Amino acid sequence: MSSNQNILVKLNGAGFSLNNKWLVKGVSLQVEKGKIVTLIGPNGSGKSTTAKIALGIYKKIDGSVEKYTSKVGYVPQKISIDWTLPLRVNDFMVLTESISNELIDEALSLTGVIHLKDKNLGDLSGGEFQRVLLARAISKKPELLVLDEPVQGVDFTGEIALYELIKKISDELNCGILLISHDLHTVMSATDHVVCLNGHVCCSGSPMDVAKNNEYKALFGEQASQILSRYEHRHDHVHTSEGEIKKN
Amino acid sequence: MLDDFFIRALIAGIGVAIVTGPLGCFVVWRRLSYFGDTLAHSALLGVTLAYSMEFNIAFSVFIISSLIALTLIQLQKRTNLPGDALLGLLAHSSLAIGLVVIGFLSFIRFDIMGLLFGDILAVTVDDLLIIWIGGALILLVLKLIWKPLFASTVNYELAEAEGLNPDRAKAIFTILMAAIIAISIKMVGLLLITGMLIIPAAMARNISSSPQKMVMYSIIGGLLSVILGLFSSLEFNTASGPSIIAASLLLFILSLLNIKQSIKLKN
Repeated sequence: MSSNQNILVKLNGAGFSLNNKWLVKGVSLQVEKGKIVTLIGPNGSGKSTTAKIALGIYKKIDGSVEKYTSKVGYVPQKISIDWTLPLRVNDFMVLTESISNELIDEALSLTGVIHLKDKNLGDLSGGEFQRVLLARAISKKPELLVLDEPVQGVDFTGEIALYELIKKISDELNCGILLISHDLHTVMSATDHVVCLNGHVCCSGSPMDVAKNNEYKALFGEQASQILSRYEHRHDHVHTSEGEIKKN
Repeated sequence: MLDDFFIRALIAGIGVAIVTGPLGCFVVWRRLSYFGDTLAHSALLGVTLAYSMEFNIAFSVFIISSLIALTLIQLQKRTNLPGDALLGLLAHSSLAIGLVVIGFLSFIRFDIMGLLFGDILAVTVDDLLIIWIGGALILLVLKLIWKPLFASTVNYELAEAEGLNPDRAKAIFTILMAAIIAISIKMVGLLLITGMLIIPAAMARNISSSPQKMVMYSIIGGLLSVILGLFSSLEFNTASGPSIIAASLLLFILSLLNIKQSIKLKN
């Protein structure tokens, strides 16, 4: 185990409820410097909610969050920008922190969108915008990166390149990354620690451990689990809509 | 020079336009025009209280408008009513109370038309000081909260996640709105203040490609509106507020020509 100084953010039994319904409950995890922690789970399992708890966007939470850094880069899953604002890519890059032109250019080059620097944000395609979002998050050289589906809408070759970039950034900047991804192949190859969510933490551990876990297989089906291992499927509990867990 | 009422009005108007330019951009970006109206309506109550207690008008309006803004924030937290219903409730009830209080103040004569639509004859040297010192303070505070306010205008969660404290910036901005209404009420009148905030900013949106440019054009548009409006007010003997707003509308219409051209270019 690494020492406490390496911890960037730590969730202790964290949960968040909205309109008397738990979106996610009892999540404990920690992100350390230079490590990639990936959240996986079906739609509505509380992945984005967990990320927002870690970021401090949700404040009225159950449990606690300990955050040891303020240098954070965030790529949200959904972003709605109001086009009453005339905003170019260049303006967007310095939104939360004033950074030098060199750093802006470097980040935009890394994600392959340097040619869009003076374009209006509203004129970008979905994939282009996603690359700009990622560039903005890494340009300020954060200690903690929270990436919620960072390559959605990006073309196939771009997707692989961006995941390689994320891995490289984690090594070079020695920053911790909390990643949410649907792509199990990527998750299994580039991640240090996987947390499998379904309203609560179903299982967690190294990618290999998780792949062998019965609950993981129950969630993702036989096919997904066969990617890495072949184990018998036995699920010992069911989930109610309130996020309660009932043992079979 | 300051003896001439027109020069005083011009200096006051220029001071107001420099401040409404950037604030107006945020009103447009954050969709706060109805909020501006609500604060302006509540200003009538502030004015009547100022008259009845022989208090400074700008200061009294600032206090009442800030209170209304804080009330709104509390109501938003504690009720399930939509924002526009709450705004309407506060706007019209504070306007009504203001008018009722005017009814009780029959012993004081005051010019309600001047209050509603602005009166350049009424601008005193004291008003100039309030506008320029108050305006400078508003701009200074706006500069200090610019980053978090702008970032949360673009996306609240990004600003919050990356540690910019957008809630505090929003609260401070609300106070700035009350302040600009307080200092510009004599120039434009309380029914038209929101127009002074929105129309130059809307004009600027049509011709600008970046937020900084929009702020700059918004200030320039406001200045031109004030100068054009005041001269025509003098020439045709019309109320200053409507003249200024009509001039800004003229500029807005001109800016639409620019949009048509750029659409043609795209096609």
